[in-house]
Amino acid sequence: MSLERTKPLLLPLAALLVFELWIRLAHLQSDSLAPPSAVLAALVAALADLSIPIATRDTLLAAFAGLAIGSVIGLALGIAFGISRVLDRLMEVTIEAIRPIPSIALLPIALIALGFGYRMEIVIVAFACVWPMLILSRTAVRGIEPRLMEVSRALRLTPVQRIIKIIIPAALPRIFVAFRLSAGIALIVAVTVEIAINPLGLGAGIMLAQQALRPDLMLAYLVWIGAIGYGLNLVLIVVQHRLFGRAATAGAGS
Amino acid sequence: MSAAAMIWRIASFAVAAGFVGLWQLIANLKLVSPVFLPGPDRAWAALMRGFASGDLTSKLVGTLEHMAYGWLAASIAGIALGALIGSSRLMRIYIAPSLEFLRPLPVSAIIPVAIAMLGLTEGMALFVIAFGAIWPIMLATIHGFAAVEPRLYEVARALQMSRTAVVFKIALPSALPDILAGMRLSLTVALILSVVCEVLAGLDGLGHWVLLSARAFRSADLFAGVILLGATGYVTSVAMSLAERRLLAWQSTR
Repeated sequence: MSLERTKPLLLPLAALLVFELWIRLAHLQSDSLAPPSAVLAALVAALADLSIPIATRDTLLAAFAGLAIGSVIGLALGIAFGISRVLDRLMEVTIEAIRPIPSIALLPIALIALGFGYRMEIVIVAFACVWPMLILSRTAVRGIEPRLMEVSRALRLTPVQRIIKIIIPAALPRIFVAFRLSAGIALIVAVTVEIAINPLGLGAGIMLAQQALRPDLMLAYLVWIGAIGYGLNLVLIVVQHRLFGRAATAGAGS
Repeated sequence: MSAAAMIWRIASFAVAAGFVGLWQLIANLKLVSPVFLPGPDRAWAALMRGFASGDLTSKLVGTLEHMAYGWLAASIAGIALGALIGSSRLMRIYIAPSLEFLRPLPVSAIIPVAIAMLGLTEGMALFVIAFGAIWPIMLATIHGFAAVEPRLYEVARALQMSRTAVVFKIALPSALPDILAGMRLSLTVALILSVVCEVLAGLDGLGHWVLLSARAFRSADLFAGVILLGATGYVTSVAMSLAERRLLAWQSTR
């Protein structure tokens, strides 16, 4: 068993080792590559001098704020469209016209309207997070067992009560899947905005390292951003298992 | 399309037109400064002017080229690598986990590394777009290969088919729905990364156009560019669905 578990690790470790040896033996001086040991040293140094922790805080702050705003808007619209077929059909063309706009295309608009900083990044992240939330929660609400809706009618629940007591609990597992998806998107969009233009957070950090011709620091940022993405995904999967058990992940696909 | 669906469609367009009217009203009343928000009339005029002078046309072609080259390269490489890894149990054990680990990495973080290696060039953009777009395709191919009905493999063994024959006659056709889904996902990634690369490297394309317009506070041109980007996203995704329906027509039983 332990052997089986180590197998997937062999390839990356071997690759790192070969890489390290190649750079050391060839005495490579490069603006774009650095041996893994130097990358590790740069990562430790940047963690110790708090530049990476501060950048991480900035990025995650913007990503989560955008995620929260986008999720709430997407969820509200998704539930409304899921309940009311009429509303859904009336809004169809409008939604289909706005949805394909790549979130990053809003960057210049947000830039002239809000300037550099958190607000502009949060708006773009929120825009990107609305869509998966809207579409998946709409499907989730439509997929609710019709008898539950009959019960709510028999109990004469008010629309607000119906949403809070029946619809949200029944659709929650699938809504959480949408939330997990959105969280991944939020991080990606936040980092992308920072790399493209916003002088803030991890994306700006990695660009700065590149411009300062510090390949070790740049690759250290890359590794760290990857670790954050992986960690965020892992945490959300664990939370999902805890809250909803295996049933929820079965429908989530990969 | 039935009469009822037609009426809903028209009503839906009417609602969208209502929103455009509202936008015009807000712009006319100058509720938002025209520096940030041009009316739809001005945005449309800018769009027509851009096409008439050929400026916008060449930018659109530039973005479409970046997108298409990167996406095609990613599709070919992704399907080939995915087929290679997916058809071998050994590779699945040793390589697939490393790929899953890399999946949540925000791909835009590779941009600084690509800039350091290749400079602010078309080659850099091609590399970044292809690198970003390859993941969904490759992982979908691996997944599709793993999910092939085992009895089909048994038939192949009974017929003593060679490994290439198994890949081309059995695995690829039955993995096709997964592969096409991955390619559709990649299309969006390719568009976003094209825009980001154009913004960063000043390459000829809509990303560069919207950024320059924003810097010069020419909001009508900026909105014209964003509208075109939205249209690009919409048209490519519709084209992809048509191709998908066409290619999967033989699978009507599913």
